[in-house]
Amino acid sequence: MTTHFLSIEGLKKAYPGAHPPVFQDIHFGIDKGEFVCIIGHSGCGKTTILNVLAGLEDATAGGVIMDGREVSGPSLDRGVVFQNHALMPWMSVLANVAFAVKSRWPDWSKAKIAEHSTRYLEMVGLGHAIDKKPAELSGGMKQRVGIARAFAIEPKMLLLDEPFGALDALTRGTIQDELLKIVQATHQTVFMITHDVDEAILLADKVILMSNGPLAKIAEIVEITMPRDRTRADMHHDPQFYRIRNHLVDFLVNRSKNYAGSDTTVLHDPKHPPVVRPGLLEEEAPAGASFRQAPQLKQVVNH
Amino acid sequence: MSSRLALRAGLISLLLFLLFIGTWSVATRPVEATDHGADAEYAALMGKGVDKASGFPPPAKVGEAFVTYLSDPFYDNGPNDKGIGIQLGHSLIRVGIGFLLAVAVALPLGFAIGMSPLLFQAFNPFIQILKPISPLAWMPLALYSLKDSDISGIFVIFICSLWPMLINTAFGVASVRKDWINVARTLEVGPLRKAFQVILPAAAPTILTGMRISMGIAWLVIVAAEMLVGGTGIGYFVWNEWNNLALPNVIFAVAMIGLVGMILDQCFGVLQKLVTYRE
Repeated sequence: MTTHFLSIEGLKKAYPGAHPPVFQDIHFGIDKGEFVCIIGHSGCGKTTILNVLAGLEDATAGGVIMDGREVSGPSLDRGVVFQNHALMPWMSVLANVAFAVKSRWPDWSKAKIAEHSTRYLEMVGLGHAIDKKPAELSGGMKQRVGIARAFAIEPKMLLLDEPFGALDALTRGTIQDELLKIVQATHQTVFMITHDVDEAILLADKVILMSNGPLAKIAEIVEITMPRDRTRADMHHDPQFYRIRNHLVDFLVNRSKNYAGSDTTVLHDPKHPPVVRPGLLEEEAPAGASFRQAPQLKQVVNH
Repeated sequence: MSSRLALRAGLISLLLFLLFIGTWSVATRPVEATDHGADAEYAALMGKGVDKASGFPPPAKVGEAFVTYLSDPFYDNGPNDKGIGIQLGHSLIRVGIGFLLAVAVALPLGFAIGMSPLLFQAFNPFIQILKPISPLAWMPLALYSLKDSDISGIFVIFICSLWPMLINTAFGVASVRKDWINVARTLEVGPLRKAFQVILPAAAPTILTGMRISMGIAWLVIVAAEMLVGGTGIGYFVWNEWNNLALPNVIFAVAMIGLVGMILDQCFGVLQKLVTYRE
């Protein structure tokens, strides 16, 4: 049935006790080379979903299938960039990346590991800092090392848990640009949590919007229809940008709270969350395009 | 800046030392025999002569002991007359063996306890009860069951070094940042590599702190243990000189104990610096 590279089916997480599940009936898919962002308020279970994808946490029900195989436990196929970089402070920058590379290719010679690690550190612009300890780096540089470490193992999929959340706006911008460049060059499949609407529009092909927890669910999937070669400098000149941005902000501010309302349950099919393209005006929308939700092109439910 | 501070601190230290020696010599200066109407010969017979032998030794006498013992630290004239170097050596060997045995037990066990909340809870009551026992309380049991005073001394050092190391290792291992463990998990790092390359370096500062505390306690305990078991060692030396009423030698030995203890502590301080990381 599914042809997605990664598909999440019926995922549910409940903690022991009488509390309602944090989320349930989560279905979505990610295609190879796709960049998917997930947005939602705190407590909707975004990080839990990412941890389940990483294999670090178990779901209460449902499963994840990647490349035809069920995800059970952590794997080198999925690289993770942690929220607070999680570099080992006693290792140099190079050793941190080399540690990961050595885990991926245990048979490689020291020289080859060092050469490979250095290449990825140069890719994130840290070629000059490979012998430093993480404590000597700024927050943005540490996060870059984390990104280089995740990319260096050449995973089939990259998982990023709010990688830029702790950074100041300027640094965030430069690293976003770098990430964009790398992803465009490598066609890496990425799943990323973010709180930043602009970041999601800049980076993503698809943005998954989650309603508030508990009982969170995927409210809708927003396709970012702007051309892929967008840059931070000029994406706000695109007329689509504000339409998409308004749609996302509007969701976060107004609609995410009461999405669990009764009138949605009629229209909402958790197995096929509505796909919307707020960037396109209705008349521009290609008729009969490859949507599953053809009739619900723009605004879907209880707006 | 800091070198000037060190210089000034050094000057004050020197002043404090001189003040201490000065007070000491004033307090122990020879007391003039008071005239009780009896003649000096009688006073001398009564032990109240000019050069009071039984009084607390003045600094000069202790200084003589320093010179005598330090000029030939390694002589050996039979069981009751050995150089200070040999006595300290015996103590250090006992401490070293006992301490290393404790390391061999505490590190693996602490690792296991730290990794497993189950083992931690299971071991905890025993650790809590055994930890506050004065190591010397084990001495009779050790002497009875080991039947050797030397080995009993080592056992006492072992048992007193064990607890701080065990507790610190378990604590250090248990509180390794979850993020680092998760990194190792997502990289599918094997258990041995994880233990030696992630958990050990992450917990090393805490473990080294435990070792430093253990070494401090071991050096405190060895003196008391050697007073009990006798034979050799700095503790025995102190007790022997007390029996000889040779207080200058006792003071000399006390100073040596402090000096060696300080050097041991500094060594562990250096080791600690080596494994400490900045986050």
